[in-house]
Amino acid sequence: MIELTVNGTKHQVDVIPDMPLLWVLRDELGITSPKYGCGIAQCGACTVHINGAAVRSCQAHIGDIAGKSVVTIEGLTNRDTHPVLQAWIEHQVPQCGYCQIGQIMQAISLLELIPKPTDEQINEVMSGNLCRCGTYSRIRTAIHAAAAKMAEK
Amino acid sequence: MGDIQSLSRRAFIVSSAAVAGGIAFGSYAIAEPAAATSSSNPLAAGLKPNSVTFNPWVEISPERITLIAQHADLGQGVGSVQPIMIAEEMDLDPGQFEIRFAGPSPAYFNTGFADEFAPFLAADQSPAAEAARAAALESLRTSGLQMTGGSSTVPDTYEKLRIAGAVARETLKATAAKRSGVPVADIRTQSGHVILPDGTKIPYVELSAEAAKIPPVQDAKLRDPSEWRMLGKPMTRLDVRSKVMGELKFGIDLKMDGMVFASVKLNPNKGQPLKSYDASKARSMPGVKKIVEIKNGVAVIATNSWYAMKAVEAIECEWAPSTYPAEQADHWKTLEASFKPEFLGKEWRKVGDIDTGLKTGTLVEAEYRAPYVAHQPLEPLNGVGIVTDTGMEIWVGHQSPQFVQNIAANAIGLKPEQVRFHNQWNGGSFGHRLEYENVRVLAEIANQIRGTPVKLVFSREEDFLQDIPRQISIARHKGSVDNGKIVAADLQLASTAPLKGLLERSGIPSKDPDAQLAAGLWNVYYDIPNFRATSYEAQGLSPCTTWRSVGASTAGFFTESFIDELIHAAGLDPLKARIAMCTVPTYRKVLETVAEMSDWKGPLGNGRGRGVAFVEAFGTPVAEVVEVTATDRGVRIDKVWVVADVGKVVDPINFENQVQGGVVWGLGHAINCELTYAKGAVQQTNYNHHEAMRIYQCPVIEVRGLENDPKVRGIGEPPVPPAAPALANAIFAATGKRIREMPFNKFIDFV
Repeated sequence: MIELTVNGTKHQVDVIPDMPLLWVLRDELGITSPKYGCGIAQCGACTVHINGAAVRSCQAHIGDIAGKSVVTIEGLTNRDTHPVLQAWIEHQVPQCGYCQIGQIMQAISLLELIPKPTDEQINEVMSGNLCRCGTYSRIRTAIHAAAAKMAEK
Repeated sequence: MGDIQSLSRRAFIVSSAAVAGGIAFGSYAIAEPAAATSSSNPLAAGLKPNSVTFNPWVEISPERITLIAQHADLGQGVGSVQPIMIAEEMDLDPGQFEIRFAGPSPAYFNTGFADEFAPFLAADQSPAAEAARAAALESLRTSGLQMTGGSSTVPDTYEKLRIAGAVARETLKATAAKRSGVPVADIRTQSGHVILPDGTKIPYVELSAEAAKIPPVQDAKLRDPSEWRMLGKPMTRLDVRSKVMGELKFGIDLKMDGMVFASVKLNPNKGQPLKSYDASKARSMPGVKKIVEIKNGVAVIATNSWYAMKAVEAIECEWAPSTYPAEQADHWKTLEASFKPEFLGKEWRKVGDIDTGLKTGTLVEAEYRAPYVAHQPLEPLNGVGIVTDTGMEIWVGHQSPQFVQNIAANAIGLKPEQVRFHNQWNGGSFGHRLEYENVRVLAEIANQIRGTPVKLVFSREEDFLQDIPRQISIARHKGSVDNGKIVAADLQLASTAPLKGLLERSGIPSKDPDAQLAAGLWNVYYDIPNFRATSYEAQGLSPCTTWRSVGASTAGFFTESFIDELIHAAGLDPLKARIAMCTVPTYRKVLETVAEMSDWKGPLGNGRGRGVAFVEAFGTPVAEVVEVTATDRGVRIDKVWVVADVGKVVDPINFENQVQGGVVWGLGHAINCELTYAKGAVQQTNYNHHEAMRIYQCPVIEVRGLENDPKVRGIGEPPVPPAAPALANAIFAATGKRIREMPFNKFIDFV
């Protein structure tokens, strides 16, 4: 049994230590917001926060997660009023939406590191997140909008 | 080439006996509104007591109102705009209704294919063209073809869903009139309620049982667009919030009690069977429950998807070899040898005297190439299925519900009506979910563990290996210029046949030339006195299918790059010349608008360059200007301006998003994507080999929608075809280098 904490709740899972966190979340715990896209850290759709940092959950072995705190979008504090999520809704970023949870989790992490990013800094940090629908213009706009809103507070 | 009408009449004489898209044209018949004549309403069968359905799109029970989204939601916004078209006329607000995707039924036949299946240029409004379209519509009605594709989401449903909503509204009013004794003329509706003259408000759901007892009021009038509350105005897509919150469930997210997980390894020599396999290693791997053989491979059933993927990876298989050439170089050779009469698809259009025209002035010749490309939506192929002794139930996101029934049924010896299909929200498609590989193997797997629900998920690698790609194509174009004018253009291409392949795999094979190979090739709206457009269909190559914008994704690149070459050879300005040559006034307006938006003033100099391209695809004319800078690190795309005329922009914000996405799709794949075969399998198996555009390369994209076209047109695909040629033309303007083959990064670096 491996113990892990997801969104503040402790879970025990009976899987091999090599199993990626992504699949533990999805298939063992039923938390489906992190998505499987590539399995090799090329798309970012599986991005979650581990100890506050954005991590590709397809690359995080569950054996290495024990004792760490995993947060998925369901576990964000003030999810309903979170400025990044609000900006994503206001600017209607998603098309199919499959990559967007990963994009949002990455953007939250970006804004924690760089509260007022330039386009260049956004490009640098967000380039690991693929969007096949091509919503990049709106992602940029939403990140700037969220940054502005967070600066007000 | 000035007179479109007379040209098209000639085209009609040539092809009036033709069959397009597998559907034979009958005699001319006047099309009636679909809502009024659907032979049967599939919602009637599942209706609960005290509930009512007025047509295949509206269902009301005492508890809830359900609106049916007829098409598949691939991210293009079907699950929002289609219910809203009903709600607009029905006086419902977002939040007052639930949405369900349509099940398989001929009632949901796609009227939006009528224009595409009639062999006329989109800009042709002649009586002959309209008659052919009406005949195509009638054929579609008869065949009940239910399919999402061809940018038809809005064109198909713009009228019929508003009619469906208006019929519901008027019938509810008539029901309230009967109950209250008040004349129907004095009754109105608002926000999910019927309102009587004394102010009494009756919720629609309260009227469901009584409404079921009167015949639907069919002569409901549609409101004038000036009265619209939601359509045509900025509105929030209904699915945005749940997608942002992580709450929306895609097909891959479904869970059932007792469900097991499967993953597959299939013969990468597409369409060929498994010869033998050794699963000894896999059998003892963690979580493995069962290993099953299927027609073209093996599947592992395990306690989770990852265990299934890891174990199936460890199975060693011996495959039957491909029927197409094993190596990519031989695909190109076959294609090069296909410009011969025996491979003729069709001479789609001939104007003037091409031979004499080519002998006049300066001859320009060029060869262009476009490779196989993958679809690879981010949600991999998947599905949940359960087979019992009575039939199969399948939950999968797909664009062709009835064909899913057929494919699954055929795979395991059922009748199509024994397959119950539930469509799902899709994490993209781009044409991928018109194919059936996941459906067929899911049926085969579920049939071997009857009674247990199984979720199938393809690994990304397997998805790439089984992706039936976009057509591969070579163009050999000739033209001539004389006295500052284009005198002749002889456009020829050899290609695999995407639509024909899809139709065949869908069980409706066609012997006719693939009309998608004419897209972007024959629909050239420039005044060129001698013109010919011819397609050749290569045989024996990889199966191919429809990829966002289909034929125009390759031919649009060839045509608009070559036209650019001719314009330069004639010493003209690329955008001004296109405006001057354009024969269709509304299309000219599209070009003029993009000139105005981009403030086009000719060459920029200093390593900067602009390119323009104009392509009409699926009836929608789109012009794009791309601006690039040649830096010491490579070409940087600075900005794109796009103008599209769709007749009516029903969902403006989503319209902009779709256009921007189409441009990103077109540019990204043109820059760096191709699939190549080696030993019968594609060599690119994940996004690091087939990346397309990431955010760092994404330019600012300015969009404008025009509403001058007499018909309502789609926008999902048409912004794709002009992107690649506009970029190639911009690179030429900036560097003097003419790129005639995709992907461009084989010839020039990009920042």
